[in-house]
Amino acid sequence: MNVLVSVKRVPLTGGKIVLTDDERAISTRHLGFTVSPHEECGVEEAVRLIEQHGGSSTVLTLGPPEAEEQLRDMMALGIDRAVHLVTDASNEWDPQATANAIVEAIRAEPDPYDLLLFGNESADAGNYQVAIRVAHKLGLPVVTGVKAITVESDQSVRLEQEVPGGRDVYVVPMPAVATVKEGLNLPRYPSVPGRLRAKRKPVASSTPARPQPQLEMVRLVLPPGAGKETEVLGNGADAAPAVVKVLDELGLL
Amino acid sequence: MTGAGNNQRVVVIGAGIVGNSLAYHLTRLGVSDITMIDKGPLPNPGGSTGHASNFIFPVDHSKEMTLLTLESMRQYKDLGVFIESGGIEIARTDERMQELTRRVVSAKSWGIEPVELLTPEQVKDKVPFIDETLILGGFYTPGAGVVDSLRAGTIMRERAIEAGLKVSANTEVLGIDVEHGRATRVKTTKGDFDADIIVIACGAWSPRIARMAGASIPLTPMVHQMIDIGPVPRFANTTGMIEYPIVRDVDTNMYERQEGTGLEIGSYAHRPITLEADDIPSIEESALTPTELPFTQHDFDPQMEIALDLMPEIVGDETVGVKYAINGVLSVTYDGMPLLGETPETRGLWSAAAIWIKEGPGAGKTVAELIVDGESEIDVFESNIARAYSCQKTRTHIVSRASEGFNKMYGIVHPGEQWESDRRVRLSPFHEREKQLEAVFIEGAGWERPNWYGSNAGLLDEYGDRVTKREAEWESRWWSPIINAEHLAMRDRAAMIDLSAFAIFDVVGPGALQTVQNVAMRQMNVPVGRVVYTPLLTPSGGFKQDLTIMRMADDVFRFVTGGAYGMSDKKWVADHLPEDGSAQIHDQTNAFTTLGLWGPRARDILESVTSADVSHTALPFARWKQIEIGPVQTLASRISYVGDLGWELYVPFEQGARLWDIVAEAGAPHGIIPAGIGVYGTTGRLEKCYRAYGAELEGEYNVVEAGMAWGKVKDEDFIGREAHLRHRDEEPAAIMCTLTVDDHTSSSGVKRYMLGHEPILTRSGEPITDRKGRRSYVTSAGSGPSLGKYILMGYLPPEHAEVGNQLSIEYMGERYPVTVATNDSTPVFDPENARVRS
Repeated sequence: MNVLVSVKRVPLTGGKIVLTDDERAISTRHLGFTVSPHEECGVEEAVRLIEQHGGSSTVLTLGPPEAEEQLRDMMALGIDRAVHLVTDASNEWDPQATANAIVEAIRAEPDPYDLLLFGNESADAGNYQVAIRVAHKLGLPVVTGVKAITVESDQSVRLEQEVPGGRDVYVVPMPAVATVKEGLNLPRYPSVPGRLRAKRKPVASSTPARPQPQLEMVRLVLPPGAGKETEVLGNGADAAPAVVKVLDELGLL
Repeated sequence: MTGAGNNQRVVVIGAGIVGNSLAYHLTRLGVSDITMIDKGPLPNPGGSTGHASNFIFPVDHSKEMTLLTLESMRQYKDLGVFIESGGIEIARTDERMQELTRRVVSAKSWGIEPVELLTPEQVKDKVPFIDETLILGGFYTPGAGVVDSLRAGTIMRERAIEAGLKVSANTEVLGIDVEHGRATRVKTTKGDFDADIIVIACGAWSPRIARMAGASIPLTPMVHQMIDIGPVPRFANTTGMIEYPIVRDVDTNMYERQEGTGLEIGSYAHRPITLEADDIPSIEESALTPTELPFTQHDFDPQMEIALDLMPEIVGDETVGVKYAINGVLSVTYDGMPLLGETPETRGLWSAAAIWIKEGPGAGKTVAELIVDGESEIDVFESNIARAYSCQKTRTHIVSRASEGFNKMYGIVHPGEQWESDRRVRLSPFHEREKQLEAVFIEGAGWERPNWYGSNAGLLDEYGDRVTKREAEWESRWWSPIINAEHLAMRDRAAMIDLSAFAIFDVVGPGALQTVQNVAMRQMNVPVGRVVYTPLLTPSGGFKQDLTIMRMADDVFRFVTGGAYGMSDKKWVADHLPEDGSAQIHDQTNAFTTLGLWGPRARDILESVTSADVSHTALPFARWKQIEIGPVQTLASRISYVGDLGWELYVPFEQGARLWDIVAEAGAPHGIIPAGIGVYGTTGRLEKCYRAYGAELEGEYNVVEAGMAWGKVKDEDFIGREAHLRHRDEEPAAIMCTLTVDDHTSSSGVKRYMLGHEPILTRSGEPITDRKGRRSYVTSAGSGPSLGKYILMGYLPPEHAEVGNQLSIEYMGERYPVTVATNDSTPVFDPENARVRS
């Protein structure tokens, strides 16, 4: 089978978020980059599915030239190849444009995908739209908030969606789209050989034209008073009763 | 700095390994009013201590670094946080195998034993997961190990708190008040802290904090990449933190070490990555801590390949994951040495910076002693922050040199190794002339100094077999037989030597005499016109420096000292100026240049260019005189560091070139040659057994041991007098001796020439230790061309310090026979000193 996972390069933030001067982005002067925890699970799932069922896995991103770092990171975990839709770093793409570019790229691929995995939402913009738009454009079924994936046959896949109080279970024909959530699996760490192999894996790059955005982010606002509050409960054994009390309040006892 | 005593209010900025150990040692020395502040939380405030790899290899070619490391290991062991795992430095090349024999030599010289050279199979035996086919051997230090530096800091801090230390965490420094040149107050987010002494122990942040007080801590933050991989199946049943020796893959600038069930891989191989102290992110903004920056994978890719090849079983295991990867920030200086002591710019503002884990507690103890006692048990003259010249404190210089040094962290560094970056900063007025004469330059104190002159190559034919050639590449590096030919020409005729690198400063004012008497061991109440060669002593009677002082006037004394520690000397003297301002110090280093003129024809030459009487009667030894040389007012000082008749000629800097031309022209008929520092610093000096500060003379040895306790002790008080009198009464534990090499022939038939710091052994190869526990080692080594012998100096215990005593030197894995030639200050060449007094 062929599995596609889409990821997005996002800053790996510390405790305090600092905005750029124009307040339209997070300042990344001191930050590294990553993909969202949801996407990490999608990648892990894709690798596992291919390990079980054979076939090929592909990671796709739409992002600046530097996003190749994330593609290599994902290939270090076992993804076979990458598709990079290279954008100009200074412009964010809205969900519609992103979805359209991804659809074009999927259509241009030589082999069709059986399963297209997305993170439930991106770690930065959080529009929750791209996967659904892609599915719609391609005329494929889509299940969101997926916490378990089981390939049942060549034709169908079982997708379990987390809902309050339980799970909705869908069996959908492939090709299908799923947006996955953290907790789907426990992603692996890359091995050193995996890292080194990733350097040599193929990345197909293209540069789609950025359409006029339909949705434009004007500026970011930091929530006031978003600092962490720390209370020292005590030192050593003396702190034990206070710790027990807190755990009790949290309903963990 | 005279010790400030323990009745001081001290603020220590920084709660890493350095700040904690410093605070602890201050309390141990009786200081009770100490406050430690850090902008981060405890126990890990987010500096370099928190992410350090924490391993310690004790053997270093630098004696000072080794002593700091050994003291630190002793403290870590006392604190119960040291795990002895052993460590192996592996060799991939023949050149490295030779270097490993040098490591053995340093281990023996500094008394670190046992150590052992291993075959690849023996390495495999100790590190079964290594591919031994890639290596030629290893240098094994069983005493190497790993420490818990955060725990060590915590224990020391807790002990200090019991003794009264106040700690303020999460407290950021906003500014430092300076009043009348003295730092008085630290302003923080939690209020002001008044202080008599403020110590900056903030690692990579130190330059930024120092700037707040108008001072410079010349280091740069740099990135060191490291990753942790695991879990390693082979380590699954590990009970301790480390059970296999640490491997330093020095030829690739990498290390690998077990850490519990994981393996840590670190590198100094990647491109040098520097940043500004101001660019280190805040604690809040950091994803991990401020000194654990985002990992840049592409910089590390080649290192992963290397580690995979070396330890395929572990690194090649697909189930072993990369769990942690950082660009760790650490502190690197322009010359690779720490920055300890009071800053020369701001009184009361101290630096305890550019310290790594392996030196931390030793440096903390040392700085505490310097604050309280004015001197430290370990003499840290190479780490004295006052050593830097202004050009060495520029960002350009620091970044250039730190970047150049970064990839040499594990390099094979020659004793004469030269920096390549940011050269040609300090040029003497003779420089253009020297270039025309094909001078080969080496750097000293930032100056370009001719080591020898290509134009003198013709002397090699003149002197033929009297000039030794060196066959081995190692000893030929940064060296030329032309040096020895220049030496012989100086002894036969005359030589002119560029001495622009001297540091020169005047002590001036009604209180000058008393100031100079206080710092100088010898009698300084001498007539104007006298030149006095004198040690400066520490309170305990060790060497602070040896230098010359000219009495210029009743109330003016001119100090002339070597370039290397000139600024440290200036600070030492400045620190002892009277409080009432009755004496002042003026730096004249860049006002005067100095040309040395020495040799049997020197007087003929000088007489031909001056109308002044420069006869022996009119200008005897150890006198100076103002004379005219053509249009140039010249101070001629009749002394010599090369043991021949002649003068140091001091002229205003801008007139130096004219002086050079006059002397060169007048000297031509007499066969004068330009000679380099190879003659001045080594061959000429060693034939006369003149001691050099930093080699023979340092805080660990006293005047009696150095064989310089001639004459009576002056009645006036001076720093170290009491101790010096005591030293005169006791049997010296060691005596400075000069030795000559009996046979240079190695087992391969190639003649080898030791370069210094080799252990002096008995003929049968046993190390020699004096009753104070100090090993005998070669302090200086070099040719004695007039003598026709190779000369070594070194301290020997009295039972070995007998003229004619036969000993041996270990060098490059072999032993060479040597014989003691003198056991006092009598020179091996011209023992009556007839030449200098002719």
